[in-house]
Amino acid sequence: MKKSLALLTTSALSLSLVLAGCGGDATGEAKDPGTADKGVVNVYNWGVYIDESVLEDFEAETGIKVNYDTFESNESMYGVLKNDGASYDVVIPSDYMISRMIEEDMLEPLNFDNIPNFADIDPALKNPDYDPENQYSVPYMWGLLGVIYNTSMVDETPTSWDIMFDEDYAGQILMFNNSRDAIGVALKQLGYSYNTTDEAQIKEAVDLLIQQKPLVQSYVMDEIFEKMQSGSAAIGAYYYGDYLTMAEVNPDLAFCLPEEGTNLYVDAMCIPKSAENKENAEIFINYMCSTAAGLKNCEEIWYSSPLLSVREELDPEVSGDPYAYPDESILANCESFKNLPAETLALYDSEWTRLMLASN
Amino acid sequence: MKNKWLAAPYVVWMAIFVVAPLILVVVFAFTGQDGSVTLDNFSNMGTYVPAFWHSFGLAIAATLICILIGYPLAYFLSREKLMVRKVAMMLIMLPMWMNFLLRTYAWMSILDDNGLINQFLSSIGFFNVWNAIFGTNIQFFHMINTQGAIVLGMVYNFLPFMVLPIFSVIDKIDPKVIEAAQDLGASSSMVFRKVIFPLSLPGVLSGVTMVFIPSVSTFALSRLLGGGKTLLLGDLIEMQFLGNAYNPHLGSAIALVMMVIVLVMMAIMNRFGEGEEGVAVL
Repeated sequence: MKKSLALLTTSALSLSLVLAGCGGDATGEAKDPGTADKGVVNVYNWGVYIDESVLEDFEAETGIKVNYDTFESNESMYGVLKNDGASYDVVIPSDYMISRMIEEDMLEPLNFDNIPNFADIDPALKNPDYDPENQYSVPYMWGLLGVIYNTSMVDETPTSWDIMFDEDYAGQILMFNNSRDAIGVALKQLGYSYNTTDEAQIKEAVDLLIQQKPLVQSYVMDEIFEKMQSGSAAIGAYYYGDYLTMAEVNPDLAFCLPEEGTNLYVDAMCIPKSAENKENAEIFINYMCSTAAGLKNCEEIWYSSPLLSVREELDPEVSGDPYAYPDESILANCESFKNLPAETLALYDSEWTRLMLASN
Repeated sequence: MKNKWLAAPYVVWMAIFVVAPLILVVVFAFTGQDGSVTLDNFSNMGTYVPAFWHSFGLAIAATLICILIGYPLAYFLSREKLMVRKVAMMLIMLPMWMNFLLRTYAWMSILDDNGLINQFLSSIGFFNVWNAIFGTNIQFFHMINTQGAIVLGMVYNFLPFMVLPIFSVIDKIDPKVIEAAQDLGASSSMVFRKVIFPLSLPGVLSGVTMVFIPSVSTFALSRLLGGGKTLLLGDLIEMQFLGNAYNPHLGSAIALVMMVIVLVMMAIMNRFGEGEEGVAVL
C-alpha cells in the first residue's frame, strides 16, 4: 500500500511513468491503430502498486488509453481531489478514506452490471464497514500490518508490539512517519481501539510515542525498504505484502503478528464524482478484477488478492500462507481504520506536532 | 524600450504562477474552513513556534557555514588563472546537474552508521585507535538522523548559490582600485578589509538570500537526513495540506508568516548593504 516514494522521488517517478507511458503508446498504436476513439481512463493509484504490464494488456484488449498517476498517501490523494486538482475516473484509496469520501459525497455509486467480475470477490470482503451496502467500491488488494524484524539483530522471537518500545533496541527501531499509523501502533500497545475518539486515550498514546522517540532511529514510510533490507535498522512496523518483498532481498527478515491485535486494511477501487469517463472506469475496474490481471498484480506486489480465482491459481505456498490469507482466528483480532470525526482528525495533527517537536 | 512587449510572456508567466498563487495564499490564510474571514489561523499558531525556531536556527547555521566556506573559496578563485577558474566553476556546478533528491539520497548512504564514511574509517582501523586513546568502545560515528546531518545537507545543496554571486562580484572589482589602495600604502590585509570586502558585500548579500530562503523552507531534508525526528516549517506546512486534518487555511497562514519574517530579515540585511552598488537583492 505504501510502496511509493512518490513525494520524495516525484521527478524520478514521473520520468519513469513518462517513459512507461511512451512505451504503452507505441505498442498500442502498433497493434491497433484504430482504437483511439475508445477514449481514455484516468487512474490514480498508490505508487508501485501494480504490475504495469497489466495496463498495456488492458489497452490492447479494450482500446481504451490509460493515463496512470500515483499518489503517496490517502491524505495527499484526498487533497488533490478535494482541490479539484485533477479529474480522475478511478481512484484506489484505503478503507477509512473511502468512508470519509462517501460521507462527503465525493464518490459516484457504481453500476455493478458493468462489473460482472465482482462475483469473484471474497464474500468476506463484500459489504465492508467502510461501504456497508457496497455501492461505491470494489476491493483491489488487502493485507495485515505487523512487525518486521531482522533475526540476526533480534535474538528473541517477538509476539507483541512491545518490541517496538524495547530499550534494548534503541536506535534500531523504525516508526511510521504518519500520524494515523504511528498513533495506531501506540493505541494497540495500550489496548485501545484504532478508532477511539477519546481525547485522553489518544494523548496517552502520544505520550507513549514521546517516550519511545529516543529509541527511534527514524520515522519512515517507504524508506523502510532500504533500511530493513540493508540491515541498518532491526525492527519496523509495516505491511505483510511489503515484508515479502523485503525478505526476497534480505532472508534474515521475519514477520510477527502482534498478539494485541493489528490493522487489516483494504484498498478499493472507486469512481469520484468528478469522473468524466464513468463507463471506461467501470470497464477498467472489471478488468482489474479478472483472474489474469489479479494474478499478475498479486505476483508483482505480493499483497493479498480479494479475488477467489486468483487464490486458486496462486502457488499453494502463497495461498496457504497464514498471514497473506489469514483464517478466522487471526481476523477476529484485527481491526480496520474507520473515518474519524473532524475534531479527532485535528487532534491527531496537533498531537503529531507535539510528538515531532518533542526533544529526542 | 520600443520592444517592451518582448517581456510580455514573462509578465504573464509571473502573473499566473507567482502573483496569483500569492494572492491565493493570502486569501486562504485569512479565511476559515467554512469560508468566513477570520484571524483564527494566526491566533492558533502558538503551538508551532518551536518549529519556527528550529527552521530558522538550522537555516542560519547553514548560511553562516556557507559564508565561511564559500567566501574564501570565491576570493581565492577570483585570483586564479582563467583555466583554473573554469575547471573550478565546472566542479562547483557539476553536482547541480543532478536532481537534489538523488544527491540527498547519496548522503544518506554516506552518513549511515554502516555507511561509506564509517566503513572506510573502520577498514583503516581508525576506531581501534580512537577507542585506545579515548577509552571508548565505539564501532561507528553516529551522523545520520541528527540535526547536524540536516545542516550538512543544506550546506552541500546550497553552497554553489553562495560561491557564485560572491565570485562574480569580486571578479568584477576593478584591479585599479586595489592598486590605488596599495599605492597609498595599504597593507594587503588592509586592502582586503577596506576595499575588497566592502565591495564584495552585495555578492555576500545575494548569496545569503539564495542560501537562507531555500534552507528555511526545505522539507525533504529533515525527513531524509534528519530521520523525520525534527519538525521544520516545510514539513509543518506540508502536513496541513497532506496530513489528516487537511487544513490549507492554517498551512497558508504559516507560509505567510514565514514569508513575512524572511522579508523583514532581508530588508534589515539590505540596510547594511545600502550605499553599495547593485544591492537589489529583493
